[in-house]
Amino acid sequence: MTQYQTIFIAEPGKQDITIVREFDAPREKVFRAFTEVEWLVQWLLPTDMGMALDYRDNRTGGAYRYLLPGPGGSQTGIFGVIHEISSPERMIQTFEYEGLPERGHVVLETTRFEALPGNRTRVTILRLCESEAFRDGMFQAGMEPMTTALHQRLDEALL
Amino acid sequence: MRRDVFQALADPTRREIITLIARKPLTPNAVADSFDVSRQAISKHIKILTECGLLVIRPQGRERLYAVQPQKLGEVSDWLENFRTIWETRFDKLDTLLQNMDSPSNSDAI
Repeated sequence: MTQYQTIFIAEPGKQDITIVREFDAPREKVFRAFTEVEWLVQWLLPTDMGMALDYRDNRTGGAYRYLLPGPGGSQTGIFGVIHEISSPERMIQTFEYEGLPERGHVVLETTRFEALPGNRTRVTILRLCESEAFRDGMFQAGMEPMTTALHQRLDEALL
Repeated sequence: MRRDVFQALADPTRREIITLIARKPLTPNAVADSFDVSRQAISKHIKILTECGLLVIRPQGRERLYAVQPQKLGEVSDWLENFRTIWETRFDKLDTLLQNMDSPSNSDAI
């Protein structure tokens, strides 16, 4: 299997996070893996990170909610509406983390799928937050329990 | 204790308090003057930040100044590393999935 590098950009003084990754598969297939429930549960919402699907109505105007581990062994969620599903080039959705002390901090997430020579695909995920402080704070708060869950599973697997 | 730090920083007012105090140590009243919320609310935020070790008290004469504990802040600045770990783990799974999506017995392949 080819090992592609993932690029993460979260610059100081800016309010977005960009993730760029290439895949050894045609664009239509990668698009399905990023949007359809059947495939999403196998990589975006893996149980070994404590994640699960609540629901996803995969169409323009649809909505989704995923479950993930919260602080101190609790369970929390992320949810949003699906603004646009344009197969195979673009998906736009909102994203809100339920683990925050207050509602209303919404991230706009745009995922672009670009066909490359040799049946490869470049995926660019842009997450636009309301401020730099919110970006850093939310991802600190949201990532920690998931990372902990992941490390625990890895430790267990190594025993 | 580490989780408490993340919880403490998940609140936007508390993040602003940290930013403010990081510039120079302040009394609780001086902090409250910079916000549009009640002194009581600010004092509650300061209590939470002190309990999780993000702020420390530095007595100065009769005043109690609050200062930022830099080591604690260092602990949370690695959020991008956590983010990277999670997404790289996911993308590794996706690489495998993309190879197996066409297989008729996909569930057996994973």
